[in-house]
Amino acid sequence: MKPIYLDNNATTAVAPEVFEEMRPYLQEFYGNPSSMHTFGGQLYRKIEEAREKVAALIGAVPEEIIFTSCGTESDNTALMSAIESYPAKRHVITTRVEHPAVLNFCKHLARKGYRVTFLPVDSLGRLDMDAFSRAVDDDTAVVSVMYANNETGVVFPVREMGEVLRERKILFHTDAVQAVGKIPIDTRTLPVDMLSLSGHKVHAPKGVGVLYVRKGTRFYPYIIGGHQERGRRAGTENVASLIALGKACELAGSAFRGEVDYMGRLRDKLEKALLQCCPDVRVNGDTEHRLPNTANISFEYVEGEAILLRMDEYGICASSGSACTSGSLEPSHVLRTMGVSFTAIHGSIRFSLSRYTSDAEIDRVIEVMPGIIKELRGLSPYGRIKMVSG
Amino acid sequence: MWEYTEKVKDFFLHPKNVGEIEHPDAVGEVGSMLCGDALKLTLKIDKKTGRIIDARFQTFGCASAIASSSVLTELIKGKTLDEALELTNQDIAEYLGGLPKEKMHCSVMGREALEAAITNYRGETRPVEREEKVICKCFEVSEEKIRRVALENHLSTVEEITNYTKAGGGCGSCIPAIEAILKDIWSVKPECEAPKAHRKMTNLQRIALIQDVIEKEIRPRLQTDGGDIELIDVDGKRVIVSLRAMCVACPMSDVTVKGIEDKLRELVSEDLVVEAE
Repeated sequence: MKPIYLDNNATTAVAPEVFEEMRPYLQEFYGNPSSMHTFGGQLYRKIEEAREKVAALIGAVPEEIIFTSCGTESDNTALMSAIESYPAKRHVITTRVEHPAVLNFCKHLARKGYRVTFLPVDSLGRLDMDAFSRAVDDDTAVVSVMYANNETGVVFPVREMGEVLRERKILFHTDAVQAVGKIPIDTRTLPVDMLSLSGHKVHAPKGVGVLYVRKGTRFYPYIIGGHQERGRRAGTENVASLIALGKACELAGSAFRGEVDYMGRLRDKLEKALLQCCPDVRVNGDTEHRLPNTANISFEYVEGEAILLRMDEYGICASSGSACTSGSLEPSHVLRTMGVSFTAIHGSIRFSLSRYTSDAEIDRVIEVMPGIIKELRGLSPYGRIKMVSG
Repeated sequence: MWEYTEKVKDFFLHPKNVGEIEHPDAVGEVGSMLCGDALKLTLKIDKKTGRIIDARFQTFGCASAIASSSVLTELIKGKTLDEALELTNQDIAEYLGGLPKEKMHCSVMGREALEAAITNYRGETRPVEREEKVICKCFEVSEEKIRRVALENHLSTVEEITNYTKAGGGCGSCIPAIEAILKDIWSVKPECEAPKAHRKMTNLQRIALIQDVIEKEIRPRLQTDGGDIELIDVDGKRVIVSLRAMCVACPMSDVTVKGIEDKLRELVSEDLVVEAE
């Protein structure tokens, strides 16, 4: 059975065109781009073509693109570079709802003696801009704020923040892993110094990422070794995946508007139907400023893992902020920071769509979800009480 | 994804004895929605024989919580109350073909609900949780529960306590308290361990035991604080170790070394002297 895959914020399918593009470089063209012979050396040109395609998607020039192994490496590199570049500055600003790639790195910095400000969000997941203004000071080495949240899809005012920071000459990094390919990003007009993106969120394979570093930004490499990436990221290039990412960015750029509208329409249809067909259901996050593919929905009185496993029986893939689905007993830090009630967090389900999601698949989900929720509420001591009184 | 057995999946997808008995003879309610799982058990009891004629459950929780609750009802039906009380959380887990270790608290919840129901039936006043000393405030776990579950399941680390009771799995501020409880439980018990420190050993046996204590007792504790240790040499009574990772620059490392010495003296030999390289 082909799964109904609505977990695209976790990872995406490799596009068929992308796979075709990369395949020769996993088979016959296995050379090392640094070699003197033509067999290996010719790959260098292919990597530069991929770099141009990635740059084009975000309005950058090729020299501003550094290939990495994943989004996490890009994030870590950006923060480490900022710290190393401005050793006298001992303050870092981020948010409480970042991906662990940034959040845990900042906690690590805090343990190392850095002062770290973790900005709060409101009940809709919107960043507290007053807290941001208050936090910025002359000791601030870098501000790192995600472009869009992976759990709720809420988009942060990166442009507004960037303008403030540019004026104060403070480095600004944004983790745009969830945003690239889903909302337009143009670094020619967007005031950020560094930006992370990840291959496997945009229909390229896992194991490749990019750190955009604006020309003129001080940079210090995180991985030190050979001359690759102009000395900014050592290690033999992941040739096939780099080429794949180039192709994936080309695809994302060529059909951008249509795909965004398409995903948005399906997401809205799903969300509207689920809100109507089950009682005690709510959307988490600011629906005004949100990625077009993400819906985070809480089904009260039932637990997320149970919902996911019932959905799994129908081949429907999604994820949950419930404690039971994480390795720890702690439910989603994002929803908790937003002040979502524990009962709603435990029953939260994130649906995330892609260009490959079909109308029929969404219809199928709309068809089976009410039954799953009703059945689980029937098992729950709370669901029954509520359903009788409601 | 959790690795659930087929049995867990089956009891989750097709749970038996769901619902609430009308006019039940006994009711046991444990957990809360805030904590992420809750179970309400209702029983019908034959007053003459003291046998459980019917048992039904309602559970808010994950797949293993639902499966554990359902198995509980299956296991106790037809049993007398005294027989039922002999049921342990391991029995529930075993019936399911095992649970992921992080999910053992689901089986503990089942056993607790049973106890609560029977106490309710017998009209005994159950020690009120609120009057007990609550150790984990995030999940409202009492000291008594931690002690009981630790003894019943032979748990000796905080991680195990978290897996079985959830205590310590929230903000983590109660972890030192849990450590203290575990220390208290397991340091009084082992009469068999006490002579360890005095028994005659060959040199090789002694080195092996020192290694063992460092690996099993000392290293895991240092690692939870980001530290590490390596045994460098044993020269007569001198145990030479090297502190690694976060221990290297730690201002408390002298205290750590003293603690290691105490532990080795307790478990291996009273005359050992620990030196850090």
